[in-house]
Amino acid sequence: MTNNQQEYQLVVGLEIHAELKTASKMFCGCRNDPFAAPQPNIHTCPVCLGLLGGLPVPNKKAIEWTVKLGLALNCQVNLFSKFDRKHYFYPDLPKGYQISQYDIPFCYHGRLDTPQGTVKVRRIHLEEDTGKLLHKTIDGRAQSLIDFNRSGVPLVEIVTEPDITSADQAKAFARQVRQIVRYLDISNADMEQGGMRLEANVSMKTASRPQLPNYKVEIKNINSFRFLEQAIEHERRRQRKILDSGRTPDQSTRGWDADAQQTVSQRSKEEAQDYRYFPDPDIPPIRLTPATVDRLNKELPELPAAKLERWQRQYQLEERFAQPMAAERHQAEWLDEVLAAAARTDLPANRLVSALVNKKITVEPGTDPEQVIAAYHQLTSSDEVDSTQLAAAIDQVLADNPDAVTKYQAGQDQLLNFLLGQTIAAIKRRDKLDVDAKAVRTALQARLKDLIRPGRSATS
Amino acid sequence: MSTPRPRISPQSIHKIAQLAKLSVSDAESDQLAAAFGETLEVIDHLRQADVADIPPTHQVTGLENVWRDDVVNDEQSLSQSAALANAAHTHQGYFVVPAILNHKTRQDQPDNEPSP
Amino acid sequence: MTSLKTPSLPNRLTIAQALELLRAKQLSHQELYQALRQQISQSNDQLNVYLAQEPEAEEIAHRYADLPLKGLPLAVKDNFSTQRLVTTASSKILDAYRPPYESTVTRRLQQAGGVVLGKTNLDAWAHGSSTETSDFGRSLNPRNTEYLPGGSSGGSAAAVAADLCLGSIGSETAGSIRQPASWCGVVGLKPSYGRVSRYGVVPMGSSLDSPGPITKTVEDAALLLNAMAGHDPLDATTSPQAVPDFTRALGQSIKGFKIGVLYLDTPGLEEVAPVYHHQLQVLSELGAELEPASGLEPRLAISVYTVVQRGEVSSNLAKLDGIRYGRDRSYFGGEAKRRILLGTFTLSKGYADKYYVLAQQVRTLFVQDFERLFQRYDVLVSPSTPGYAKKIGASEGATMFGELEDMLAEPSSITGLPGVSVPCYRDEASNLYLGLNVVAPMWREDLVIQVADAFERHTPWNCWRSPDWARSAHADNNRSPNHD
Repeated sequence: MTNNQQEYQLVVGLEIHAELKTASKMFCGCRNDPFAAPQPNIHTCPVCLGLLGGLPVPNKKAIEWTVKLGLALNCQVNLFSKFDRKHYFYPDLPKGYQISQYDIPFCYHGRLDTPQGTVKVRRIHLEEDTGKLLHKTIDGRAQSLIDFNRSGVPLVEIVTEPDITSADQAKAFARQVRQIVRYLDISNADMEQGGMRLEANVSMKTASRPQLPNYKVEIKNINSFRFLEQAIEHERRRQRKILDSGRTPDQSTRGWDADAQQTVSQRSKEEAQDYRYFPDPDIPPIRLTPATVDRLNKELPELPAAKLERWQRQYQLEERFAQPMAAERHQAEWLDEVLAAAARTDLPANRLVSALVNKKITVEPGTDPEQVIAAYHQLTSSDEVDSTQLAAAIDQVLADNPDAVTKYQAGQDQLLNFLLGQTIAAIKRRDKLDVDAKAVRTALQARLKDLIRPGRSATS
Repeated sequence: MSTPRPRISPQSIHKIAQLAKLSVSDAESDQLAAAFGETLEVIDHLRQADVADIPPTHQVTGLENVWRDDVVNDEQSLSQSAALANAAHTHQGYFVVPAILNHKTRQDQPDNEPSP
Repeated sequence: MTSLKTPSLPNRLTIAQALELLRAKQLSHQELYQALRQQISQSNDQLNVYLAQEPEAEEIAHRYADLPLKGLPLAVKDNFSTQRLVTTASSKILDAYRPPYESTVTRRLQQAGGVVLGKTNLDAWAHGSSTETSDFGRSLNPRNTEYLPGGSSGGSAAAVAADLCLGSIGSETAGSIRQPASWCGVVGLKPSYGRVSRYGVVPMGSSLDSPGPITKTVEDAALLLNAMAGHDPLDATTSPQAVPDFTRALGQSIKGFKIGVLYLDTPGLEEVAPVYHHQLQVLSELGAELEPASGLEPRLAISVYTVVQRGEVSSNLAKLDGIRYGRDRSYFGGEAKRRILLGTFTLSKGYADKYYVLAQQVRTLFVQDFERLFQRYDVLVSPSTPGYAKKIGASEGATMFGELEDMLAEPSSITGLPGVSVPCYRDEASNLYLGLNVVAPMWREDLVIQVADAFERHTPWNCWRSPDWARSAHADNNRSPNHD
């Protein structure tokens, strides 16, 4: 079994759809708010309902956001682009075609680093979402109900190269993508509601034949990161069994059945689609200028990977503390303010963030940085080493090292560091506590001053 | 010298009809195949043209970058009753079609996945 | 042969005349609408022009009295979405479809004071050039009811010719305004693609469809175009450029115009070519310089047009699934089926490059060819159609009937150019007309109006402009060849 496992290498490409959270839909002025709509079919118009004579007019913001996403994923941008019609029949597709992008997507040739390696992004294009189906029995008959509130909602599709080699990496990539679209503030990327949807193309290659396999299995209906991991894992096992028996898995589309914990066949290769793409004659092409792309690039926020790197460089934050703080943009930006405030008062950044991550300080993200620092001081004075313990340790060290004290008072400043080291070591030895070197240094300096001018201290 | 008339078989007509979601009887498919032949013969004049290095013209206005600001236009939108007014079957604000059982979905569950 | 003209009745008036009389209070809405009702009840059953009529037309007209078009009655092709009237596109699929919204064209006309008197018959889905593919029966040519009115805007052209309205609206994909106008002896103006909004128009060939007026005179066409034209934020293909007042092109001299004459030597035109040669002399007499010009072969335009239009048709009619409106796809008639299937085929895998892309490349050749011609000429003229109206039944079984009849309009259609068909001859024996097609560069409707108006004013072929003069002029007209 172990030998067999090593013979095969998992090959996975992802297709990720995310609905953009523009105010209006992609090609019409209807409200883009399908999840909060209190009633079905209340956000429609002749365009998104596919009435005869309805005409699409693209949403500029959705186009700019798609380009921004591309830039965030290190893509090239096609300055000249267009929309195409993709034809198929389905009751949730009101026009009999979906307006999408065929051969000239807005973005292409990107990449994203995951802990398991770099994943290349083949393309990112912009299209419109379909309506939503609800399956129900009415008067004893199985029916499908259609709500077009979602029809025409702007939808980006991110397609990767088949660079992903494990279920774990697929999950990491998808998570990072969600994090980035949220950083960009262009999508809620809510998996449960279908605001972000995952599809995985899974196949296996053998070590002896490193080229891509001659089949792939597309898995749809994946609505959580966990299911993505499980579905790929299941598919790996299923395909390996087939390969082990000397056959090749069918080119097919399968769905993830979370209840049964398996992928189930939906469509086989005989029904291969012919989408009959052609440029949508209703929409003039889009030509972006390098200046526009430049502006969009400048508007990008600092992204999670860059933030982590900078925190590490600037504050020496350990990744295990930094990572969770960078997960969400508003929290990360708030932390930046806190870190800046802490730096002004020489507070140890890593310890502060450690306290935040480990919930030793419980403050809401957005709390005034001064308050956070105050909370940290309170924590360090109560939880780590109190002033009595500190004073006792200092007095002991000064008493044990009279030569050093004398020399320091004679002007040999460098001996302060020796005394400081001794004090910290003493506290650690005696009280088994972490200490804040800066606090100790301050207390030590004050005590040494008192020793020089005892009288003054007594009479003041 | 005349080029042979391009032919489309009745079987191909059936395949195309499936793609276009039209039903075509066998009798019709013969007629349609003949009509196709006639039309394709006219279309084949295109081959005479020298189009080397000629880009296609998809639109004649020369317009580019026609887009709208991201603003909700309630004036264009329809009320639920107006949206449903011409539908053959509706139920509680929804359009209704016979059950689509293309893939497994639980009863009374929204099907987030869009069409294939 | 039937002549339906009754000159004393107000429905015989042109739009310009009626506006004048209403302004001078020499005509009332009541008189006008009563005359129309009478004429419609007399002849609509026979001609089969109106598929639906506005029951409150006169009341609406009173409300519009102070607007520029003063409540004048217009006939609108039944592929424009109208909230008050069923919109069928002459297909059974839509026999009960009441659009929940108004097309931009009908909305603008109403805002300008036009009343949608009724919806006119067309070839189903505008697929054809005869009205014979209509699911609601063919219309007849009011000039001679043994003949077809042409199409697809046949009902709109017939409504004008039979004085069942003062003016009408049609739409042209390739020839669908100019060909029926030519056959019915009326004026049909196809604006530049993108000059008039398609919002709310049942789509046919989306990169070609151009709504436009069909009227009694060129002047009326200019008046209606003024009300229809201009950028529409709901149609991304409409041009944002300013719309001139097209009536300013009326009554202007065409002295010094350079005019190229196209297509007269096209095979199949032998019968009518001498008539055109003769009639075109009037343009020379008006001071224009005419010379034979040669453009790319119109038959090649048929090929381009057929591929592009069929492809777009197959896509545009995919929305008819019987779920949100209309009946299901089994109700498509034979012509729609043929077009959908051919378009599906030419866009399918392995064939798109061979047909669709190639056709769009040849389309570029036509664009370049017209650019070349317009470096030399201000406008181009040609016959609107290869000949007179065809007899009823002529289109049946003729797969390429429309394309052949519209052949001379197709080069300018696939390139988006504006054109107008103006009556240029009447055959006395049959009472059937020929039309002259005037074509100008993009956005220069003013030029086609100027030339067609000058032609119309100096020839006897417009039966409304000066009927008495027309009749007497016709009797001893030295420009009228001995046709028989």
